[in-house]
Amino acid sequence: MEIFLQQIINGLVQGSVYALVALGYTMVYGILGLINFAHGEVVMVGAMLALSALTAMTGWGLSPLLALPLSLLLAMAGCMLLGYSIERIAYRPLRHAPRLAPLITAIGVSIVLQNLAMMIWGREYHAFPQLIANQPHHIAGAIINDMQIIIIIMALAIMAGLMVVVHRTRLGRAMRAVAENQHAAQLMGVDVNRVISITFMLGSALAAVAGLMVSANYGLAHYYMGFLLGLKAFTAAVLGGIGNLRGAMLGGLLLGLIESLGAGYIGDLTGGFMGSQYQDVFAFFVLIAVLVFRPSGLLGERLAERA
Amino acid sequence: MSNGTSFPWKRESSLLEKPRAQVGGLNGAQHLLDVKGLQVGYGGIHAVKCIDLHVAPGELVALIGSNGAGKTTTLKSLAGLLAPAAGQIYYDGKSLHAVPAHRRVSMGIALVPEGRGVFARLSVAENLLMGAYSRCDQAEINNDLARMYDLFPRLVERRNQLAGTLSGGEQQMLAMARALMSRPRLLMLDEPSMGLAPLMVKKIFETIQDVALQGMSILLVEQNARLALQVASRGYVMESGAITLSGKSSELLGSDAVQRAYLGG
Repeated sequence: MEIFLQQIINGLVQGSVYALVALGYTMVYGILGLINFAHGEVVMVGAMLALSALTAMTGWGLSPLLALPLSLLLAMAGCMLLGYSIERIAYRPLRHAPRLAPLITAIGVSIVLQNLAMMIWGREYHAFPQLIANQPHHIAGAIINDMQIIIIIMALAIMAGLMVVVHRTRLGRAMRAVAENQHAAQLMGVDVNRVISITFMLGSALAAVAGLMVSANYGLAHYYMGFLLGLKAFTAAVLGGIGNLRGAMLGGLLLGLIESLGAGYIGDLTGGFMGSQYQDVFAFFVLIAVLVFRPSGLLGERLAERA
Repeated sequence: MSNGTSFPWKRESSLLEKPRAQVGGLNGAQHLLDVKGLQVGYGGIHAVKCIDLHVAPGELVALIGSNGAGKTTTLKSLAGLLAPAAGQIYYDGKSLHAVPAHRRVSMGIALVPEGRGVFARLSVAENLLMGAYSRCDQAEINNDLARMYDLFPRLVERRNQLAGTLSGGEQQMLAMARALMSRPRLLMLDEPSMGLAPLMVKKIFETIQDVALQGMSILLVEQNARLALQVASRGYVMESGAITLSGKSSELLGSDAVQRAYLGG
């Protein structure tokens, strides 16, 4: 029972991160029908920027409680600029090209960003400083620490905030209108390019938050960390139904839970033949299963409409 | 120029408030819309070949012609969705060259596109608010919303429904109301009768006449030539990308060529 509860907690923490990243994939897909495979690298850049900022700030003697939010804001700003530039430079010129072209470009952007990050931050793993006391709390035999509580609460708050923006504001209405019919949105006076830019920037800001969360949770950051995380978050978006915001949140949390429960129990289930190192297998097993049995995802109906 | 005097053709008890931008004395030009030598092509095909047309303030002008004559292409290029290959579009005396579609809306140009273009996954109320997207006078927007619900009572009951669940006629009403929410001075309608039951067509055309009576300048594209010419004061006949006939609606309705080609007899 303790193991079960512990895996649920770990799954929720990991799932919160997946959900934030999956939202970035799904927003861009919803509005452009494009899978932005460079999105995982934006998460990595967010983590690296936050780490560099933190190191610098604590070096100047700034209190961690001030340095942490400041570096988060800095990473968000940096990623928003990055997301804006990616769209402007790599995707906008291909807006009317066949769909394969921007997809290949996305992979290219991803490789470029990885290599740039390697040149700037090096190939080694960077330890994330232990900034807050990070008290462990015991709940019915399971352990959850401060950082994990912060991650879950922040992710939930951000997702709620995003839903308010998308469903209750003028900008959100414009985003949904552009997602549905760009020409009609233009006829309403919507500057479609601007809305697309804002969408990329919003998704990238969420990616920056996720990047800081993962590296704080695992205590590590690395130039290659965005690749697998990005693929898994993409899986989460597909699981929930790509193009659907609620689906991305649900898919992210579910994938986190599946992975962590799977990793926790795979040893028992296979009589010790497979261990928790097979954790990553679950995400892709889920991806294949969804693509085979429910390609539109749990909450999605859009794929069929768009195809 | 005060609001009252610049629109002498408007009734006092108007359902539609004054348009946002005032006609700035029109700079000597009498036409709200003036199209000169417009050519539009898609990939080498000239869908519109050098047409001239104009709409005076407060005028309801019909552009009729058969399927594929270039009517929709003309409207799209007036709205800024298609770039002209040649020619000039003057609106209120100013060239629209290089004015992107989304900025033409705040200048007072609204297009109700063919097939209506309502946002199916937005609610009726949200669709109407999208119509007011380029405005920021929140109080006035709310007033206009109330006016639209007066003008189209069917939309009130359905305001929280997704627009995709409306019938074709209701969607056409929504599309018109949404366009009016931008407070246009030039309203362009593309095939408003398309796919609608006769009763609904009648209702839509009554509304078009109402709006016209209140002083709106309207450019109406229709395949149903008789209906369009009955409500319009002037008309243009378009054939394979060119305007072949133009004149007063009464004259066109009586002309042999129009009778034969479009009115079935």
